Amino acid sequence: MGNLKDSLVELIRRTSAEIPEDVYKAILSALEQEKKGTIAESALKIINQNIALAKQRSQPICQDTGSILFYVDCPKCFDQIEFEEAAKAAVKEATEKGYLRQNSVDSITGKNSGTNLGPGSPVLHFHQHRSPDVVVRLILKGGGCENVGAQYSLPYEKLNANRDLKGCRKVILDAVFQAQGKGCGPGVIGVCIGGDRATGYEASKRQLLRKLDDRNPIKELDDLEQDILKTANELGIGPMGFGGKTTLLGVKICALNRVPASFFVSISYMCWAFRRQGFVLDENLNIKQWLY
Amino acid sequence: MIKLIAPFTEEKIRSLKVGDEVLITGTVFTGRDAVHKYLHEGGKLPPEVNLHNGIIYHCGPVVIKDEKGEWKVMAAGPTTSIREEPYQAQIIKEYSLRGIIGKGGMGERTLEACRQYGCVYFHAVGGAAQVLAECIKKVKGVYMMDKFGAPEAIWEFEVEDFPVVVTMDSHGRSLHKEIYELSAQELAKRL
Repeated sequence: MGNLKDSLVELIRRTSAEIPEDVYKAILSALEQEKKGTIAESALKIINQNIALAKQRSQPICQDTGSILFYVDCPKCFDQIEFEEAAKAAVKEATEKGYLRQNSVDSITGKNSGTNLGPGSPVLHFHQHRSPDVVVRLILKGGGCENVGAQYSLPYEKLNANRDLKGCRKVILDAVFQAQGKGCGPGVIGVCIGGDRATGYEASKRQLLRKLDDRNPIKELDDLEQDILKTANELGIGPMGFGGKTTLLGVKICALNRVPASFFVSISYMCWAFRRQGFVLDENLNIKQWLY
Repeated sequence: MIKLIAPFTEEKIRSLKVGDEVLITGTVFTGRDAVHKYLHEGGKLPPEVNLHNGIIYHCGPVVIKDEKGEWKVMAAGPTTSIREEPYQAQIIKEYSLRGIIGKGGMGERTLEACRQYGCVYFHAVGGAAQVLAECIKKVKGVYMMDKFGAPEAIWEFEVEDFPVVVTMDSHGRSLHKEIYELSAQELAKRL
């Protein structure tokens, strides 16, 4: 699996250094809309310069290269153990090359492994499908935006949020409000309505794999996505929480069934430095196509 | 755009106001979660780390050694500052710190310490690790690397025209508090 390891190092490099096209478009449009001469506009200009510099130098867009999340769709009989070994070797190499920061810390001793390897790092999600292709997606999710994720249990009395879509709307907007300044806005939120505490958060993160310009096929959720995006951008929080017009670049929502007793709304926040990339590998594990 | 060049005297710092865009030139020391907790618990700094009239940068950079064995800063943007809120006021007081660079702003205790002792909070653009790394002209030293690991170590950087915005000044004003209150009103109208 030597090829695979090299392909995965390239995936990590590209994810860390190059912003996906759909996110870049959204940032440029935010820059156009922001009021000229404000500190919000200055912040977006620096963001824009930073995106160009990172790509040109092939260096991390943000120094917090975050949690390393692999999402792998693979055919039946695919060797997941070998993939995991290749992914770990690739992570180690990418760390030595400076595409990733030494970012994995032992929670008991406080010791940094220096390699980004250790219990829980990297994270690999495998899913089998009937196609012969191997589809690998990677998200690098920084700690600043991860820390402002939130999970609400409805009813949530403080906001008078009940167990319906109106209640969901209230808590999602509250999460955006609470995240101000801290999550490196303008950001994108992935939301899961329902599920349990673990699957809800997991599915909310998975929403971040969607392109920003796609539309939700479920009408109620599509309406909610558009409504939250519009409303959040009326709050005046703005880039970096400096005040301004763009607080969010996108909202992506999914729903999972729940048990009658539980009603969770889980929100994952992604900063403007939205590091997501992916590719399709052919049967010989060569890169066939980039995804974003 | 205001140029702030070392030494960072109390007078220069007191002249800064919320909303000022500033370019910093001089020495800054990084310090984040582990360092703040360590100092709060009475830990001692190595003699080379002189925070008096200094600036602390909440940052955990990506730094590697090049072929010549010299440090090379690959990425160095700010980390979220509010995590240091339990410790910052004490450190401003004890070390006569003049500036904090970070992102997201800080709370009441830090704001009060800024007012009382003459310090400001400089907001750098979060995530802008390349633009900011470019302003780091030299790595002058690294301290406590073995104890804390690379991201949490104290890095001494020589910076030039490092772009920041004053979001908390030494006169009791905080942009973060103002935006929080305004956006809370806007949100209340829409819930």
